[in-house]
Amino acid sequence: MSIQFTLNTSEKQEDRNVKENTGKEILITKDLNVFFDGRPAIKDVSLYVNKNTITSIIGPSGCGKSTFLRSLNFMHDMIPKSRVTGEINIFGKDISEYNSVDLRRRVGMVFQKPNPFPTMSIYDNVVSGYRLNGMHRKGFYDEVVETSLKMIGLWDEVKDRLHVSAMSLSGGQQQRICIARTLAIKPQIVLMDEPTSALDPISTSKVEEAVYHLKKDFTFIIVTHNMQQAARVSDCTAFFYLGSLIEFGRTRDVFTNPSNKLTEQYITGKFG
Amino acid sequence: MELTNLVFDPRNLRRRKVISAVMLTLSTIAAFLAIVPLIYIFFYTTSSGIASLNLDFFTNIPKPVGEAGGGMANAIVGSLIIVGIGSLFGIPIGIMAGIYVAEYSKSVFANFVKFITDVLNGTPSIIIGIFAYGVVVIPMQRFSAYAGGFALGILMIPTVTRITEEMLKLVPLSLREASLALGIPRWRTTIQIVLKTASAGIITGVLLAIARAAGETAPLLFTSFGNSFWSNSLDSPTASLPVQIFTYAISPYEEWHKKAWAGALVLIALVFVVSLLVRIVTRKKFGN
Repeated sequence: MSIQFTLNTSEKQEDRNVKENTGKEILITKDLNVFFDGRPAIKDVSLYVNKNTITSIIGPSGCGKSTFLRSLNFMHDMIPKSRVTGEINIFGKDISEYNSVDLRRRVGMVFQKPNPFPTMSIYDNVVSGYRLNGMHRKGFYDEVVETSLKMIGLWDEVKDRLHVSAMSLSGGQQQRICIARTLAIKPQIVLMDEPTSALDPISTSKVEEAVYHLKKDFTFIIVTHNMQQAARVSDCTAFFYLGSLIEFGRTRDVFTNPSNKLTEQYITGKFG
Repeated sequence: MELTNLVFDPRNLRRRKVISAVMLTLSTIAAFLAIVPLIYIFFYTTSSGIASLNLDFFTNIPKPVGEAGGGMANAIVGSLIIVGIGSLFGIPIGIMAGIYVAEYSKSVFANFVKFITDVLNGTPSIIIGIFAYGVVVIPMQRFSAYAGGFALGILMIPTVTRITEEMLKLVPLSLREASLALGIPRWRTTIQIVLKTASAGIITGVLLAIARAAGETAPLLFTSFGNSFWSNSLDSPTASLPVQIFTYAISPYEEWHKKAWAGALVLIALVFVVSLLVRIVTRKKFGN
């Protein structure tokens, strides 16, 4: 059953991709496969992301969402026996033309669990992307800290205790520190791997709001388990199932008029 | 149903409380037993050694038998020098080997290194001494502080390597990923994130290694040898506290026995002070 669906959609997908090829794409993948130990984790994923948009990636656990996201900034380097085939084109260049350090400065990543550096203060965490890359300019740091924390709506909460340990903050604040740390080095694309799944509803809404307003400066790709979140903030939505891209299109279309039965079943909560 | 009844049966609850109390008592006793020898050693050494401890002990070299006074100044300084030489070369090698083993643990060579450090860790220290005798003393044609330091350094490497590896492995993968995702190169990530996060544990391991080395007698017997006078250079025989204590303790003279106790007390105090100093200096900016 599902294989049948998959085949159908990938054909249809091809059409749509061609139709919507507008030239604003900042990231394009074509027939992207990732294997772990010879086992495919994602299969033939082809999609594109336009500049200054938010793309959400939804799907049940183990469907390859995170795998896809992590392949976009070489995060699979850490995992032995992983292999990536197919094309990834970022900013008009094939991904193989980048080295991992340069690519990651332009394609940042926020993780599921807040992971501030425990040995550093709030301030040091936010500027760590600069400091640990050997840039030391004091006045510049102050400005970076203020703008980055303001972007994520955390400045007023922590401006009086910038030099306390980042670990002393609540989970929601820690996660926003991590987002600020990522935004501080001004990446063009920000990958977010379930950024709010460990957060309470209030922190979640703060993050969502910030991301929504920041898309004028950044391009976001967000993996989420929260369907409402995808519907609320994203411009485009990609639905993954068993490692394949089942449906990809404008969020409104995907949620109100899904072209695939699996998508419909997933977003209405019938499985997943 | 059966299970629920079992859990809420008051007799059963009483039984579990008794078992809990018994086990807690047993483990508390075990904890006391573990520290009793340490406290006993500390007090016994203090009470036996404190009487012979005076300014003379720290400022003078040993006097011949029968002559009053004299101290272990040369042995104290010698120990510091020998342990210092050993640390200078054993600690960096140990830490760097530990980083290699932890961060590149998938390689065959890393596993080999791990195995060898385990073997080295279990090697009797006197064999390390013989090794140092063979590779340093014989070519140099003399006993020296260098040879003693070399032996102690070799002795420290496996301890430092293993503890560094263990501590680095405790640093969660998520921190490494966070750093790499910021475009920070792997070598900087290893040094400034991973190593820094693990530093408290590594320092503890290094202190253990130093403390162990400072108390070693066997590897020094035929490397730095010992000296009743001040050594005038690093390549001449050098007195050290453990060897001096050993020499005094096996002598037939009551006066020397007392001095040996005093030396033991100084040795314990030295290790204690060094541990304390390093802890203060490297105290974490933020508590955990």
